[in-house]
Amino acid sequence: MKSPLIIKIAIALLLARWKQTTVAAVGVTFSITMFIALLGFMNGLNDLLDGLILNRTPHIRLFNEVSVRQQQPIHQLDKFNRGHNFIHSIKPANSRQAIYNSQPILTTLAADARVLGVAPKINAQVFFTAGTIDITGVINGIDPTAEARLFHFNDYVVEGNTDELENVANSIILGKELARKVLAEPGDIVQVVTPQGERFSLKVVGLFQSGIQEYDKTQSYASIKTTQKILGKDNNYITDIQIKLRDMAVAPAMAVEYAQRFGTLAEDIQTANAQFETGSFVRSLISYAVGITLLIVAGFGIYNILNMMIYEKMDSIAILKATGFAGADVNKIFIFIALSIGITGGLLGLLLGFLVSLGIDQIPFRTASLPTVKTYPVNYNLFFYIIGFCFSLITTYLAGLLPANKASGIDPVIIIRGK
Amino acid sequence: MIHEPTILEARHIEKRFNDAVELPVLKDISFAIKKGEFVSVVGKSGCGKSTLLYILSTMDTDFTGDLLIDGELTRGKKERQLANIRNEKIGFVFQFHYLLHEFSVLENVMLPGLKLGRYSHQELEHRAMERLKTLGIESLALKRANKISGGEKQRVAIARALINDPLIIMGDEPTGNLDKRNGEIVFNIFKQMAEEYKQTLLIVTHDTTFANQTQRIIEMEDGRIIRQ
Repeated sequence: MKSPLIIKIAIALLLARWKQTTVAAVGVTFSITMFIALLGFMNGLNDLLDGLILNRTPHIRLFNEVSVRQQQPIHQLDKFNRGHNFIHSIKPANSRQAIYNSQPILTTLAADARVLGVAPKINAQVFFTAGTIDITGVINGIDPTAEARLFHFNDYVVEGNTDELENVANSIILGKELARKVLAEPGDIVQVVTPQGERFSLKVVGLFQSGIQEYDKTQSYASIKTTQKILGKDNNYITDIQIKLRDMAVAPAMAVEYAQRFGTLAEDIQTANAQFETGSFVRSLISYAVGITLLIVAGFGIYNILNMMIYEKMDSIAILKATGFAGADVNKIFIFIALSIGITGGLLGLLLGFLVSLGIDQIPFRTASLPTVKTYPVNYNLFFYIIGFCFSLITTYLAGLLPANKASGIDPVIIIRGK
Repeated sequence: MIHEPTILEARHIEKRFNDAVELPVLKDISFAIKKGEFVSVVGKSGCGKSTLLYILSTMDTDFTGDLLIDGELTRGKKERQLANIRNEKIGFVFQFHYLLHEFSVLENVMLPGLKLGRYSHQELEHRAMERLKTLGIESLALKRANKISGGEKQRVAIARALINDPLIIMGDEPTGNLDKRNGEIVFNIFKQMAEEYKQTLLIVTHDTTFANQTQRIIEMEDGRIIRQ
């Protein structure tokens, strides 16, 4: 019953000093606008830069590496086990790059609830022949559908279509730089020679550009079947299993688990690309720091306005208290004023921040490394808007708290006698 | 008169200011006011009469002795409870009008009533208009409080003091800022309230002509009551 009255008085006081109140609200609006725009832009950039590597990197990669066995024959003899055995010139022998039991592993992984998707892969070293010259290169045998779904493969194919890898027999997608070196265009035929000396003709069905030139100079993609054919292997031959998880954070723990379970090597994304998280974190930290600083400045503005208001309205506060308003009521009036400045300023700031983000999103930004990106990236995460609004409420509340306490503590006697 | 209930009673009220040296301002003040009495407190400037009024009004709680309003002891009550007592039982008229300039005359009068919340908004508006009519200023009801003359403002302040039907109206030099004509108007209003509506009034003044027309005079000197 009393709240509407308090709100009515608060609004009357607000309107009495509407110019100053507007200035205070504009301060909040400006800082929230900057906060939203800055965070959106910074995180857009973060996502872009992270995506450059992280989108294409599996969360866990299972593979075998050519390596020397830790367990040498001498270790199996009891009588040599008491001391340390020095063995010289060990060489790896009869090593298999393929993953044993690849099909059961794929089935098991697909059934794991923590796994978002699995994509098998074959790594094949080959030579591309351009006239009389051989150029070293790599053919990645992939499942184009899984690759496109999990690792955004389609985004990097600048010419042609990934589906053709499956539909056209003996087809290949070349890196843009590699295609330039072997003088091939989509529709042409390129010759590849395997290390074993087998020669194959492949039809170029597309070009891709990853954004990392060194990569584009050597890499190419073909379907798993084509690659198995080139290498002369059976259709169980797979060298890598790429796993994408639902939650990236558990990758290190799961990598250990899979390595033990499947008897392969397993590498997680955190170990492979540790520097990216650090970069993202620092950029977010800077945006938050700038946003909060702006809000604190706006908070001082509100503090000043309220203090002025209290000095001007000392008489009104005194008579309110004399006629039966308690200190707590007066306190509520000024907190209400502060919060209404914060809410209006904050909401307007969110709206303006959104508009500025839309504006940044329209600025052209072309880069050779990212063929799909045409304008500056912006992240519209709802979380930033919630955080921004909470910050505006908290700062204005804190800015209003001191003046409100001061107003509620005013002794009406002193003011009334002073006249 | 003798059978009327006591509205306000002061028992041995003492107060001192601690400003470097201890300075007693009120010494052993005891008196009682019965319902319907029109009392004036007179004395020279600095004799402590205003200080006494603020103690009696519950706004100043820094004193020794007991204060009873409507038979209730004020000692030990919380700030909000005292605020409620002021709201419900005491009407104030100060030397300065203290109207809120952001509100209309009608809204200013209604404000303590809205705080009390005993009547609906509509009923309260009706009551406020009645009081403005009694004081002959109903035509000003919708004007903004800063758009009316000084004499009119003081009458609006009286209407505001009356809105909750208080047990007692306290005035601190209510005519002090007014010219003779307006001062007389205000005095006649008080007199009319005392005679027609049996309204209890306690008015602090240094205007002896004003005081001489009231039913009872409490005279103070150097913090003591010398005649009552």
